[in-house]
Amino acid sequence: MALLLILFPLGIAGLALVIPSNRLRPWLLPVAAVLHTAVTLLVLQNPDRQTYNTWLMLDPVSTIILITVSGLFFLASFYAVGYLHHRLERSNRFFVASLSAFLGLISLAIWSHHLGLMWVAIEGTTLVTAPLIYFNKSKQSIEATWKYLLVGSVGIALALLGTFFLAYSAIAGGKEASLDLFTLLTTAPDMSKLWLKSAFILLLVGYGTKMGLAPMHTWKPDAYGEAPGVVGAILAGGVTSGAFLALLRMYQIVSAAGEGAFASRLLVFMGLFSMLTAAIFMINQRDFKRTLAYSSVEHMGILVLGVGIGGLALWGALFHVMMNAFTKGTLFLSAGNIHRAYKDKNTDAVQGAYRRLPLSASLFLAGFLAITGSPPFGPFISEFSILNGAFGSGHFVAGSLFLLFLLVVFIGMGITVLKVVQGRVPPEVEHSEYRDSFLTAFPPLAFLLTVLILGVYIPPFLRDLITQAVSFLGN
Amino acid sequence: MNDILNVLFVLILTLNLFALGNGRILSIIRIVAAQGVILGIIPLLMHSELSIPEIISSAAAISLKAIIIPAMMTKALRDVKIKREVEPLVGLLPSTIIGALATAITFLAFARWNTAVEGHASLIIPTSISTVIAGFILLTTRFKALSQVLGYLVLENGIYIFSLLLIEAIPLVVEMGMLLDLFVSVFVVSIITNHINRAFSSLDTRKLATLKE
Repeated sequence: MALLLILFPLGIAGLALVIPSNRLRPWLLPVAAVLHTAVTLLVLQNPDRQTYNTWLMLDPVSTIILITVSGLFFLASFYAVGYLHHRLERSNRFFVASLSAFLGLISLAIWSHHLGLMWVAIEGTTLVTAPLIYFNKSKQSIEATWKYLLVGSVGIALALLGTFFLAYSAIAGGKEASLDLFTLLTTAPDMSKLWLKSAFILLLVGYGTKMGLAPMHTWKPDAYGEAPGVVGAILAGGVTSGAFLALLRMYQIVSAAGEGAFASRLLVFMGLFSMLTAAIFMINQRDFKRTLAYSSVEHMGILVLGVGIGGLALWGALFHVMMNAFTKGTLFLSAGNIHRAYKDKNTDAVQGAYRRLPLSASLFLAGFLAITGSPPFGPFISEFSILNGAFGSGHFVAGSLFLLFLLVVFIGMGITVLKVVQGRVPPEVEHSEYRDSFLTAFPPLAFLLTVLILGVYIPPFLRDLITQAVSFLGN
Repeated sequence: MNDILNVLFVLILTLNLFALGNGRILSIIRIVAAQGVILGIIPLLMHSELSIPEIISSAAAISLKAIIIPAMMTKALRDVKIKREVEPLVGLLPSTIIGALATAITFLAFARWNTAVEGHASLIIPTSISTVIAGFILLTTRFKALSQVLGYLVLENGIYIFSLLLIEAIPLVVEMGMLLDLFVSVFVVSIITNHINRAFSSLDTRKLATLKE
């Protein structure tokens, strides 16, 4: 099952390179996505299928990420077909191949219980997503791709060094070196603390760069701003979730070594700093796609903050991974539609979207309310759990700052979003024939409905899964 | 055997400083290639008995780091018709001095705090860290896109040196995966540099400055 999830999308990517028709090729994405989701459901039903060998297996934490990524890709793939049919003037050969290869590589990262293999897979996702950012081939997109590659590669190289430090901390503690997660968890108490802490810092900086935590987030607004909307959704919900999983692995090992307090302090600090940075840059932001990028920085901060606080907040963070990914799906896909209808992403020109694209604009507005934690959407539940966990465990300062930053973000993001949605279309903006179609409007709508349903009712299996993941992380 | 190893580690450190002090991009490509050859040989000398996976990984490392990647970089350099790094952020001599100081400090600090470490590790770890730092200096003080890629390659070489300590923890499949990632990243980057050159008529990354707040 693991091999199917990993190799099938890679095979589809190969097929995309040889299929000549620009119109038919995008349909390969839904084919890969439907099969991936179907296999994921089969795996969920039968625990026997969750272990392939000692390197490739699922645990409750990676299962959450697998469901998130599979669900995100499922809907995004249909949107991609709609989007690429509007862009038939340029070849989508590498776009389809890269997107499909991404699905295979992120699946490998999710299944890996060998941290070296996981690194290889995550680095792979960086490389295959670079051509996606470059799809528009404008000067700006070259710049964004260059920054993404350079900053991302250096970050991920530091993560590799951190992985090696981690393996070496076992040797320095007199144990055998290994990068297998379960072996690391057993040897953790004997590891050399100095090497282990250095490893944690390097991995936090390295995978934090991939997640886009401040101050390593500099590539993010450029990449998300210039990439097509569907790529933004995949980056903000897929790539970041994979890197978050890698950080969770490291957090688990450090906790097993008895240094959880050290890790928590750093995570709480990074989380709050990311939220603060995002809040500052969201005020007066006139590019609505960059606003979404900063919102992603903010939510990555919320995730690591939740992990740093632990307990109920950790539960909230694990639920938030899923909620963030699906809500970002609504936001990026509807923002992509609005961008196409205006050929601009500056709020000076993009106004009155409700008149031009009633459905997409409404989804954009609803997505904003969801991501900022308004009830009854799912992110309200996850963010409230984090807040509850913070105050319940005596993190009063962190909890208050969390609330304050959420408020600033709500106001800052709200101004930009309302400017886009409300009012009249400025007269100087040229007329557009672009209208919502089923393929481009249904996926963001479905994401929003998912987030809404999960906000009202969390199925018992999901609740149990997250609870199991929390106890798994607590060893 | 240990004497040869010591000489090779010193050579790696010297090559770092040569890379920092050289303005011709082609020379830096050759320096990085020479480092690649040494990195491939070291694991063969570290063990008295050679196993098949070790030979495969050495052969793969040498062919990638010393032949394929330098060839790709040389081609990219010829395509963009530039020869040297003009006006780096920090001059060539100062950056060499900074690199040398960083190397000295790394070795001193390591000798002071990690007296317990024995054998190869006492040399491998500080060499690795100094090489990572040299790569980082190249990466941050040069403006030409290709020079920055070379900085990344030196940094990557430094990390590779550290992996020599962990042979039992890194199976062949994973090691091949790491080399494959390196190959693909240089491949993607050389395409992008070519596009940068066409779109901006320059490889100066300071021209990549339209996207900001």
